[in-house]
Amino acid sequence: MNPVNYLYLAALLFAIGASGVLIRRNAIVLFMCVELMLNACNLALVTFSRMHGNLDGQIVAFFTMVVAAAEVVVGLAIIVSLFRSRHSASVDDASLMKL
Amino acid sequence: MENLIALLVAAPLLGAAVLLCGGRRLDKTGHWLGTALAGASFVVGLILFTDMLGKGAEDRALHQHLFSWIPVEGFQADIAFQLDQLSMTFVLLITGVGTLIHIYSIGYMEHDERRRRFFGYLNLFLAAMLILVIADNYLLLYVGWEGVGLASFLLIGFWQHKPTAATAAKKAFLVNRVGDMGLSIAIMLMFTTFGTFAFGPVLESADETSQGKLTAIGLMLLLAACGKSAQVPLQSWLGDAMEGPTPVSALIHAATMVTAGVYLIVRSGAIFNAAPDAQLVVVIVGAVTLIFGAIVGCAKDDIKKALAGSTMSQIGYMILAAGLGPIGYIFAIMHLVTHGFFKAGLFLGAGSVMHGMNDEVDMRKYGGLRKYMPVTFVTFGLGYLAIIGFPGLSGFFSKDKIIEAAFAKGGAEGWILGSVALLGAAITAFYMTRVMLMTFFGEKRWQPDAEGHEPHPHESPKSMTIPMIVLAFGSVFAGGFFAIGDRFVNWLEPVTGYDHGHSPLSAATVTGATVVALVIGVGIAWGMYGRKPVPVLAPRGSVLTRAARRDLLQDDFNHVVLVRGGEHLTRSLVYVDHSLVDGVVNGTAASVGGLSGRLRKLQNGYARTYAVSMFGGTAVVIAATLLMRAV
Amino acid sequence: MNALAAATTTSTGEAIQFWILGTVAVIGALATVLMKKSVHSALSLAGTMIILAVFYLANGAYFLGIVQIVVYTGAIMMLFLFVVMLVGVTAADSLKETLKGQRWLALGCALGFAVLLIAGIGNASLSTFNGLGAANTRHGGNVEGIANLIFTKYVFAFEITGALLITATVGAMVLTHRERTERAKTQREMSEERVRGKHLPPLPAPGVYARHNAVDIPGLLPDGTPSELTVMQTLRQRGQIRDVSQESLADLKALEQRSGERLGREDADAVARGADPASAAENSEAAK
Repeated sequence: MNPVNYLYLAALLFAIGASGVLIRRNAIVLFMCVELMLNACNLALVTFSRMHGNLDGQIVAFFTMVVAAAEVVVGLAIIVSLFRSRHSASVDDASLMKL
Repeated sequence: MENLIALLVAAPLLGAAVLLCGGRRLDKTGHWLGTALAGASFVVGLILFTDMLGKGAEDRALHQHLFSWIPVEGFQADIAFQLDQLSMTFVLLITGVGTLIHIYSIGYMEHDERRRRFFGYLNLFLAAMLILVIADNYLLLYVGWEGVGLASFLLIGFWQHKPTAATAAKKAFLVNRVGDMGLSIAIMLMFTTFGTFAFGPVLESADETSQGKLTAIGLMLLLAACGKSAQVPLQSWLGDAMEGPTPVSALIHAATMVTAGVYLIVRSGAIFNAAPDAQLVVVIVGAVTLIFGAIVGCAKDDIKKALAGSTMSQIGYMILAAGLGPIGYIFAIMHLVTHGFFKAGLFLGAGSVMHGMNDEVDMRKYGGLRKYMPVTFVTFGLGYLAIIGFPGLSGFFSKDKIIEAAFAKGGAEGWILGSVALLGAAITAFYMTRVMLMTFFGEKRWQPDAEGHEPHPHESPKSMTIPMIVLAFGSVFAGGFFAIGDRFVNWLEPVTGYDHGHSPLSAATVTGATVVALVIGVGIAWGMYGRKPVPVLAPRGSVLTRAARRDLLQDDFNHVVLVRGGEHLTRSLVYVDHSLVDGVVNGTAASVGGLSGRLRKLQNGYARTYAVSMFGGTAVVIAATLLMRAV
Repeated sequence: MNALAAATTTSTGEAIQFWILGTVAVIGALATVLMKKSVHSALSLAGTMIILAVFYLANGAYFLGIVQIVVYTGAIMMLFLFVVMLVGVTAADSLKETLKGQRWLALGCALGFAVLLIAGIGNASLSTFNGLGAANTRHGGNVEGIANLIFTKYVFAFEITGALLITATVGAMVLTHRERTERAKTQREMSEERVRGKHLPPLPAPGVYARHNAVDIPGLLPDGTPSELTVMQTLRQRGQIRDVSQESLADLKALEQRSGERLGREDADAVARGADPASAAENSEAAK
């Protein structure tokens, strides 16, 4: 098997995650789909690291993870406060320019 | 001596300021103050005149530079006065007749509550008129020009409680605006052509300028003159201006202001001399107005309107003479001065008659007044003889000279103009005789007015008769004094220039023809109004009479052509504005609005929709990148 | 793991692992997108992430593989689950699309994007894999190699990431923090309030006769009527109070009826009810 297949898998997971972001209304699921996309990227980065024979790709993937963690913390906090004020986690409910 | 010039203007200006700002405290004394200041101005004028007489003909002109009005680089406007023989003539006429009319007004306006204000306006008028004639540049002249227009407006509408007076004032103002526009355009043209608008440089360099520009300036000046002097086609306001108090009609709308157009043309003689086309238009305007005014004067039963028609016609003479060039300038001014005397006298006489007749103006309700108002009758009669050109009186000399000058123009033009002037003389004789006969001769035809007050004709007070007597003296002797020994010609020649011309007819022939025309006119009038009683109700009359009663349909013409035309133009412009301009604007707005309405649906507030467009955009960018790499 | 050496193919073992786990990962991803309940989505995603961790390990990224499991599956996904619990674990989303054309546009875009990515990868000349063997052994192992890079070449990025994490933490606290709108009552005030109020002793507990001890069942007063005071305020406001005051009576009645049926005492029962079979029938209906 050619390791390029990892890249194809990453592309597929990314596309699935992206369609999830676009299709789902629940903010939490939406976030999960974003995480899925980030993970797909990480897989691609790790594969590139193997391809080039150095560790820089892994470093970038590591940073991606850290940033993703930060993002999730803030994002979930936003969802929680949104849910508190609206009693709904649907992103479509927040369609107006005001609360 | 120059320093006195400003005093000419300052005295009446001060009077106007004090009287108009002074309030009711001056109600009792205001008219004396106004009269005194007008008289003071006249005295100053006399002092300057005697001083001027003492000098040689060439260095009589005085200059006074008061201050720089608008000192801007490349645009120098000064308050500066120039007093030469031409201005001097006007100064004496204005202050002299003006003072007399001030005195007359004391009696005439005695019962008017707003007499103080009336005198304030009169003083304002005097100041403006003096600025007009002694200005040394066209811009300052324009100040005076507008000033007299304002004073005229205020005085025509002095009895503003009468709708007719208010309307007449507005009409006069509006028609005058057309002329004023001409003057302002002329001044702008002068500035662009000569770089200045002072009389000296403009008139000196007129010869070296292109004909086209001079013609344009000349025509614009003529337009201004037409507006101010009630010449065809801007003549319609003068008849209605008679709504003002009679002294106003005498001073402003007979003796002085309406002659400002003549002054302007004579003053700008150098420009007209160099622009024959403009000159031709001037004589045509003069000739047409001459006949026009005379015909109107024949048909009017309102004594003041008949006199107004006469004024129009006489100014037509002056404009005609001024259009003849150096042949006529001096005679234009001469006729202006004599006309100032006798027409002011006639108006004051008319005012006196009205004063005695409960302000009745319809001549058909006068008749036989010579027994009741002997002084008025005599002074009015002398004025009458002067205006019809009775040999030996003022009008005879001045009008005869104009007719002579018209013939002296030479060629077919000269013959036509001369004949028109002669015809005008005959008609003048006719309508003035008519006025005279209907007013002072025949049976008394007056009737009680609507409230049952029978008029009791009586002679007017001294304050009114004395000015009339003085003016009658002027009417009788001024012409002879000016004409004998060519005094007036010698006086004005250094300023306006003089040319004898080559008359195809001898002076005696012209004089004879004038007298014949006069006799014919008087004879016809006697036949129509002297031998048989005058009906109290106006007969229907011929088509011409009826048209002339309506001022030869000038208002109808204006209404149909200008008002209706303007309305139609406005309406079509409004239509164009609504359909085309607004259409474009609204159409743009509507299409932008519609487009926005459709684009708005893209902005639905749903984050997911935005995410799709972002994602799609990313896809497109990647596709483009790949395509570029593939290519 | 000799496949980590430069090669264009992997070992057969890795290939088998890839095909099996790859399929599972894709299924997990699809399940994440398609599951109605967010808790199911979260679990599916956790599965996918673990598989990805395995793939990291297979690719020689040992440190990342472990971190993936510990941080992602262990921390982040648990955070997700916490929030899911907070929002309501039973809440099921409707998968019906409300925005016109959104689903097709999204699918079209995603498909196009995937095709473009795959085409791009296919076009790129990626045939040579250098493998990580050398890189991993240079500093004595994968972790040491990564540490070496992080603390030398990427030290600034690392420090900034630390700042980012701190900021995110503070941000989350700020976002979820609720400002108190009134002063907190002191213990003294609370006790005084209690003494002044109606109920000096603690509020009666829910549940009666030891037959029901659920929190949503009010206790009965001596006359048999339920007292709402015994139920917590939240349930009272939601109207989720179950009234069982009549239940025991109904049960008793049903028991009597059953015993009557069994003993053939229908007539006696009818006589006791006033010899009115119609009303008896009604009563029995009501009892049911």
